[in-house]
Amino acid sequence: MLDDIFSVVRQRWGTSSPEQKDGKKPDIPKDLLFKCPRCGSVSFSEDFDKNGKVCPNCNYHSRLSARERLDITIDKDSLEEFDKDMLSKNPIGFPDYEAKQQALRAKTGLKDAVITGKAKIRGKDIVIIVMDSHFLMASMGSVVGEKITRAFEYATENKLPVIAFTASGGARMQEGIVSLMQMAKTSGAVARHNEAGLLYITVMTDPTTGGVTASFASLGDIIIAEPKVLIGFAGRRVIEGTIRQKLPDEFQSAEFMLENGFVDMIVERKKMRRTLAHLLALHEKGGLQNE
Amino acid sequence: MSDIPASQKLDIIRMKGRPTVNDYIPLIFDDFFEMHGDRLYGDDGAVKGGIAYFKGTPVTVIAQVKGRNLDENKASNFGMPHPEGYRKALRLAKQAEKFHRPVICLIDTAGAFCGVEAEQRGQGEAIAKDIMEFMTLKTPIISIILGEGGSGGALALGVCDELAMLENAIYSVISPRGFASLLWKDASREREAADIMKITADDLMALKVCDSIIPEPTGGAHNDPESTAKAISEYIFSALQRKFQKGLDELLNERYNKFRAIGEFTE
Ligand SMILES: [Zn+2]
Repeated sequence: MLDDIFSVVRQRWGTSSPEQKDGKKPDIPKDLLFKCPRCGSVSFSEDFDKNGKVCPNCNYHSRLSARERLDITIDKDSLEEFDKDMLSKNPIGFPDYEAKQQALRAKTGLKDAVITGKAKIRGKDIVIIVMDSHFLMASMGSVVGEKITRAFEYATENKLPVIAFTASGGARMQEGIVSLMQMAKTSGAVARHNEAGLLYITVMTDPTTGGVTASFASLGDIIIAEPKVLIGFAGRRVIEGTIRQKLPDEFQSAEFMLENGFVDMIVERKKMRRTLAHLLALHEKGGLQNE
Repeated sequence: MSDIPASQKLDIIRMKGRPTVNDYIPLIFDDFFEMHGDRLYGDDGAVKGGIAYFKGTPVTVIAQVKGRNLDENKASNFGMPHPEGYRKALRLAKQAEKFHRPVICLIDTAGAFCGVEAEQRGQGEAIAKDIMEFMTLKTPIISIILGEGGSGGALALGVCDELAMLENAIYSVISPRGFASLLWKDASREREAADIMKITADDLMALKVCDSIIPEPTGGAHNDPESTAKAISEYIFSALQRKFQKGLDELLNERYNKFRAIGEFTE
């Protein structure tokens, strides 16, 4: 497989032979290739990108930035972003947390790990929440918790459905107990949206784990997942440590969650917008009590 | 209150003779009538629940069980619940709501159990559902952390109108050991982690997560379980008095806002 890649690299970019004189493997620029974390196969970034960042070999739906996700999901230029300048403080005085956040802001162009706002999908108004794993693995601190809570509160007040694309490594350790409390805060806002009889769709993307799985991500009326993504509560290594054996690859995958009854459907990225529009339409008229 | 560092509190709450819910329930409540099962899968020994009288008033008790010896720990999985434990808690909470009984939650867990079957049966979903349903449960909820309040597994019983902690109890986003291994790749730096994580009752009062601290006898609760139980009873009595004065809307709004206010950010 790698040899194939190298020969194509030579053809396309005219670089030297992979077998260098010192016998080391050649350095192909990392951003030229995508190595799938699920099946291990390597493909050209160019082809991988063209395929919507989906592994051409195993159909693993890899991580998108929040902006990329919005681009393929909502109507063009329909986003009215909420709270775009919100920044986290350092609630437990954790060493170097401010510096770490600043460095990540410069690197990712994000203020924190979630974008929220009002948007449209095929003309239908929604509140959208998109987490971005490129910022501290989209761990849930004060900003993530507050923005998601406000998004639900806005949706409740304005009688709008919520669509949340979840991705998270879980709690934000650097914010200690304040991070844990965001699980309660966001779930409280979901509860009020739910009591108002409004639709909430969760789309679980890679990875949806920890405190986000144990709060708002698992509370959707409808829960969708992208193929092959990681979904779970406890970390795989923690469980392997407890049971002292390796877990099968499919453990905590979208397919595992579907089989165990915690996901309604697995939807491919290229069909996601269509599927969401369809589900929104199905909830526009509410049955017998409506005229 | 006390100037004992968090790392030393870890020693106190892990002491062999530290009282557990099996000690406290008979000391605090009368006629405890235990109920079993989540009606979906099974019965989880890590979560004990039932109805009892508290100073003459019927209440629902939901408690995480740390064992006092190996046999008890085998039955209670060292106080680490599976999804059926959280679903049992929710069943009993909804039952309490139906019969207008206050709910008293006693928290004492290192965390929800991390295992293959726990994942298969939806540990994340079970905890999420407790958190959401407790947020709008139409009856007073008082939660007390007795020793360890570990992560989402503790929070599932920690969505309440008032949260109290025993003086030496801790409440944390992850166990200090887990924190050390996650951030420093070195679980042995557990004590160091405990001291920077802000997990003591005093820390959590300052962060407005905890509302009251229940004093322990000098050296810790193990030195006098009866007097500790008496202090817990006094706290429950005063907390219920405060909650009974409120109308339902006021109660639920205050509960929502208690959690709504937590978070530190600029905009
Ligand atoms: Zn693949």
